[in-house]
Amino acid sequence: MPSHLLTVIAFLPLLGVPALLLLRSDDHTWIRRIALAVSLAEFAISLFLLRGFDAVNAGYQFEEYYDWIARANIHYHLGVDGISLFLVLLTTFLTPLAILCSWQAIQENVKGFSIALLMIETAMIGVFVSLDLLLFFFFWELTLIPMYFLIGIWGHGRRIYAAVKFILYTMFGSILMLVALLWLYNLAGTFDLPDIQTKLQTGMVLLPARTELLLFGAFFLAFAIKVPLFPLHTWLPDAHTEAPTAGSVILAGVMLKLGTYGMLRFCLPLFPDAAHRMAPLIGVLAIIGIVYGAMVATVQTDLKRLVAYTSVSHLGFVVLGIFAFSTISIQGAIFQMLSHGISTGALFLGVGMLYDRRHTYEIKEFGGLVNPMPVLMSFFLFIALASLALPPLNGFIGEFLILIGTFQNHHAWAAWAASGAVLSAIYLLWAYQRVGFGEVTVEKNRSLPDASGRERLILVTMAVAIIFMGVASPLFTRRMQSSTDSLLQQMDRVQNASRRPATPGVAGKAAGVALMPGKNASAKKISLRRVQP
Amino acid sequence: MIPFPGEQIGNFHRLAPEIILCAFGIAIMAADPFVQAAHKRALGWLAFIGTLGGLAGVHLMAHDPGNAYSNLIRADAFSVFMHVVVIGAAALAILGSFNYLDEENIQRGEYYALVLFATAGMGILAGANEMVTAFIGLEMSSISTYVLAGFRRTAIKSNEASLKYFVLGSFATAFFLYGIAMVYGATGTTRIDFVAGALQKMIVGQGQIAPLAILGLALMFVGLGFKVVVAPFQVYAPDVYEGAPTPVTALLASGPKAATFAVMLRIFYLSFGSAGNLWFWAIWISAVLTMIVGNFAALVQTNVKRMLAYSSIAHAGYILVAFAAGTNIGVAAVLFYLAAYALMKIGAFLVIAHLGQQGEKRLEIADYAGLGSRQPVLAICFSLFLLSLLGLPATGGFLGKLFAFQAALDSKIVWLVVIAAINSVIGAYYYLRVIVAMYFWEPSKEYVPSKVAPTLAFALAIAAVGTLYLGILPARVLNLAKAAADSIYLH
Repeated sequence: MPSHLLTVIAFLPLLGVPALLLLRSDDHTWIRRIALAVSLAEFAISLFLLRGFDAVNAGYQFEEYYDWIARANIHYHLGVDGISLFLVLLTTFLTPLAILCSWQAIQENVKGFSIALLMIETAMIGVFVSLDLLLFFFFWELTLIPMYFLIGIWGHGRRIYAAVKFILYTMFGSILMLVALLWLYNLAGTFDLPDIQTKLQTGMVLLPARTELLLFGAFFLAFAIKVPLFPLHTWLPDAHTEAPTAGSVILAGVMLKLGTYGMLRFCLPLFPDAAHRMAPLIGVLAIIGIVYGAMVATVQTDLKRLVAYTSVSHLGFVVLGIFAFSTISIQGAIFQMLSHGISTGALFLGVGMLYDRRHTYEIKEFGGLVNPMPVLMSFFLFIALASLALPPLNGFIGEFLILIGTFQNHHAWAAWAASGAVLSAIYLLWAYQRVGFGEVTVEKNRSLPDASGRERLILVTMAVAIIFMGVASPLFTRRMQSSTDSLLQQMDRVQNASRRPATPGVAGKAAGVALMPGKNASAKKISLRRVQP
Repeated sequence: MIPFPGEQIGNFHRLAPEIILCAFGIAIMAADPFVQAAHKRALGWLAFIGTLGGLAGVHLMAHDPGNAYSNLIRADAFSVFMHVVVIGAAALAILGSFNYLDEENIQRGEYYALVLFATAGMGILAGANEMVTAFIGLEMSSISTYVLAGFRRTAIKSNEASLKYFVLGSFATAFFLYGIAMVYGATGTTRIDFVAGALQKMIVGQGQIAPLAILGLALMFVGLGFKVVVAPFQVYAPDVYEGAPTPVTALLASGPKAATFAVMLRIFYLSFGSAGNLWFWAIWISAVLTMIVGNFAALVQTNVKRMLAYSSIAHAGYILVAFAAGTNIGVAAVLFYLAAYALMKIGAFLVIAHLGQQGEKRLEIADYAGLGSRQPVLAICFSLFLLSLLGLPATGGFLGKLFAFQAALDSKIVWLVVIAAINSVIGAYYYLRVIVAMYFWEPSKEYVPSKVAPTLAFALAIAAVGTLYLGILPARVLNLAKAAADSIYLH
């Protein structure tokens, strides 16, 4: 039965755009309401994915396959698997919150702002569900422009510099990916991801080692810039500091994951040998990112910049987990992507609430805020604890899985990375101490209002998500299991047994049951459909 | 090789677009003295109808492909595709000229007549099957555009543009003519479709192609390279594009470039296809130079019109990337690129023409500050054209680049594609700078927006919709481009 659920999810936000265009531009209330309604409906619909998702099936589900540009062999091919499923949900979950948090902060050109947010949602979901390389690239580039406007129009002081830096950095990476993508097309004769995977696996297409390395490099560079992996991270603090709160939430919550998602979706399964060859270097860079990001975060005087650097550190964990190549570490990486989206998103929301009150991010402007704002600051502490991976909150699960999984293959990596977990406690708690505890040092802060109803709603939602992900993590990992196993199996095809001693018990068993039937079935489905005109 | 006179004399319908365009041009010239100054715009409408007639003529031509005019002209799918591009470009430029000419107080009949004659010349170039015919087409379009470039007679820059274009342009066409002479000397024919055979005989007989023919090809590359504005023959272009009246610049940047690329494709691919390994490196080097010169010079411009002039140099470089492929896919990519490029470039220049206001005074980036809030629709249109020039997905510019890169990679030209890709990111900087000014800067107080005339709005809408159409649903045009690419080999 053909399902159009993914198309609906991908393009529903765009339907909100004409509705918004019809409204008068100064009718801010209704513009916000409609944007919120659209994004909430979007979230509700995306929950149907969970219902229909078959956790045992490692292949792509909810697939849609149509010709788009037949002459150039470009197809409209959508699908989700255990890797992308929750990222779609993360996107639809965070967008309403981003709209809600701007309810008061954004007063200028609300229409344009809401349209940009909805467009960015479509583009990001498109990236996660595209199974055609070109369609993927299409959405990938489309995420840039709305974000560019979000930073450039509604951002703070040096917004123009930040917006231009953001877009040029990412474009530079992605244009080389485009070349690699076309090259891959020339070798494989198709842009279709499952097709290419099958061709590579069965040996129908052989990549010479040098070609594979170059292709891997081009793809990886694009993703590493997006993540951002040390030393390509310099655009991130600027973009975050200048972006409006909603922009930061989307940027940290979802857009950075486009990079790590790309690594999982393309770099590992398509170029396994190159991935293995480069893994030592990438692992070291990831660890440098973890430690360096944490250390730089510690010394920041700007609260938002501090949170931005925590992203460098936390996403270092994700990259490390991916390139440790064990089932557990990769599951941990995916989980950490989600949990970072929630907790860093929440941190940015909290920082945004402080900014709405004081219009500054300087830590020294705050101090003793628990006195005037007990509710807001309690939630803030809770979120900070989640972010520094306190058990049983969400951050813990991700980091723990990554560290265990990494330890199985690389003891030293895990040891170094663990220091990042310690450092994160230092920078977050110290920052919280300076902001929340002590005497109220600045007179203005005495009379700050506590969280409003709208803000409480946002904070409670975030807190619930944090606890839920922490205690109900099997609900998530169970659905990732078969896809991660299948991913590692694909990578394994060329590696000899001695290279990867990792977790034969878990990986092997699950893969034997789940992987091959699902994979074959989906491949067959495609080839059948292709025959039809 | 003198064709038998009267051999195919009845095939005038294969020349229908040029005949119709010239007829309307002559009619405008004839009617001009009888039309009062206040009603000169009617002549503009006549010219617009002329271009529509020209498109109808293309229809006639498309239905019965083949040779005409004693084999001097070829009406094939390739010619049809290029005709639609150049005549469409002229139609849009005419629509965009009405109010501009009023504003500059140069609303005159001969302007429109010259546009039509230039377009007819481009049509001949696109359909030429013989080099001297191509030369005539080149001269027809060139001489008309020399005059058009200097149409703002009182503006010193316009005069400079005209003179520069004329002196250097004549020089370039002379090179082209020399090239033809050399090729004729070496092969004994000027027919584009016969040269290949003659060269083949040479290779079989002497084991190599006569140096004279190669020299001829090189000279033709100089002449044609000048017209399509590729480095190192690009020096004149920024001055001419900047000085010419902006709607004329729109035409210059799209029409002659497309038509000249058409004849270049025929000569290089069809006549000198066997010498591909010889001209490949010339194209390769020229492409790299063109992209680098265009993009880096555009980076430092503060005048938007001049910046777009450099950007059209850069785009000629991207087209050369596809050109270097040397395959059918490459030809199709060039054609698709030219179509997308014509739409976005004309759109962008027409926006500039409108915003320049009287005397083309407001052309600096700073003059665009805050346009996003002052004139949102115009700003969105301009952003769309700029993003398309930048190569952002969902626009024709993206797919144009994509197919160009793909064609080149298909011929294993990897490094050129990498250089082109990096260049397109460099290009992103200056296109985005204009968008930054339009949306992120505070609007200037003294700027009084002028109303967009319906004709201009219509032209912009066509360009914008076309740009999106080519970016989202390119299948139809791509099929036509592929068919056109195949047709140049069918003899």
